[in-house]
Amino acid sequence: MHELSIAMSIVEMAQEEAERRGSARVQVVHLRLGLLSGVVKQALLSSYEMACEATPLEGSHLLIEEIPVEVFCPQCDAPRQVSSIQWFCCPECGTPTPTVLHGKELEVVALEIIE
Amino acid sequence: MSSDSLQTPRLVEVRKNVLKYNDVIARALRERFRQAGVLAVSLVSSPGSGKTAFLEKTLTLLYPRYRVAALVGDLATENDAARLARSRAPVKQIITGTVCHLEAAMIQSALEGWDLNNLDLLFIENVGNLVCPSSYDLGEDLRFVLLSVTEGEDKPLKYPTIFNSADVAIITKSDLAAAVEFDETAAKHNIQAVRPGMQVFKLSAKTGEGMTELLDFLESHRARHRAAGAKNSDFAGSTSSDSPIATGN
Repeated sequence: MHELSIAMSIVEMAQEEAERRGSARVQVVHLRLGLLSGVVKQALLSSYEMACEATPLEGSHLLIEEIPVEVFCPQCDAPRQVSSIQWFCCPECGTPTPTVLHGKELEVVALEIIE
Repeated sequence: MSSDSLQTPRLVEVRKNVLKYNDVIARALRERFRQAGVLAVSLVSSPGSGKTAFLEKTLTLLYPRYRVAALVGDLATENDAARLARSRAPVKQIITGTVCHLEAAMIQSALEGWDLNNLDLLFIENVGNLVCPSSYDLGEDLRFVLLSVTEGEDKPLKYPTIFNSADVAIITKSDLAAAVEFDETAAKHNIQAVRPGMQVFKLSAKTGEGMTELLDFLESHRARHRAAGAKNSDFAGSTSSDSPIATGN
C-alpha cells in the first residue's frame, strides 16, 4: 500500500505549482494514471483526502483519467490496446508483444486554480 | 472560502511525473553503475518465495570469482543481512520501517561509503511484496521476479504489473515441485502471457539444481554490460585494473 506516499507527492507537487503562481488556491488536480503504473485508483483517491488534510489543498479534488495499456504489435506494425493486462498480445492478430507504449503513466497533467 | 465558488477556476497545464524525484535518482544510480562497470540486479517476489536463500547461494557461488555485494530491504530485523553475510560478501540491510518497497533514495544512501569501482555485481533484494515495488525504478540493470513452486502457477496472472516490469523470471524451490504437483508448463505459459519473451530459469537454492544456468546468464550479461559501459564511457579502460581475477584482465 504505497498510495499514501504517492498521494503525498501529488499534494506536494500541486502545492509547489500553486505557490509558483502566486499562492493560487487549487480546486482540482488532474492526474493520468496508467493501468500498469502499479497504483490502485480507489486507494489513491482515499489516500489523497488524507494527504490533503491540514494542507492548503484541503477540500480539493483529485480527478483521475485512467490510461489503458497500449502495446506495439510488430506484426500489424501498429499501436494496439490490450484487452487485458493478463494477456500482452495484439487484440487484432494475436501476436504476443512485450513493447509497452502507454499504461505506465503516473502524471499530474493540470491543475484547476483560483487566483 | 465561499468566494472561491463565485470565481471560475483557471486550468493550468503541469505535466509532471509524480515519481520524478525517484526517477532522477534512479537514473543517476544507473549511470554510476555503468561507469563503475557494476551489474546491478534487483530481486522482487512475494514474502517467503526464497529471495534470501537464492541470494545467499548466488553470492556464495560468485564470491570466489567476482566482487559481489548485496543490499537487502526489509520492514524490520537484520536477519536477512546476517544470513547473507555467511557468503562473506559485503552486505548491508536497509530497514524500511513502514515503507513496503525500496526507493532509489534508499539505495543511494545505503551505498554511501562504498566504492563501486571495487565491485562487479550488486544485488538489491527488495521488500517481499508483489505490488508496490513495481512502481519504483532503483537504477538496476536487471530486475528478477521470483516465483516459488509452492505459490501456485497463476501468480503472474494475479500480479501482472510486477511480472511485466521484470526482465527475468526465476522459479524457485524446484526441489519441492513434485511434492506440490507444480505445473511448470502452466506457470511458464502465464509468465509469457504477461511478459512475452521473458527468460525463465528454474532452480533450487537448496540442491543447487539450475544454479549453473543462472550463473552463466549473470556472467555473460555482466561481460556484455561491462563492454557496453566501457565503449560508451569517456573513461574507457580506466576501470580495467579493477577487473575480477577470473577474467584475467
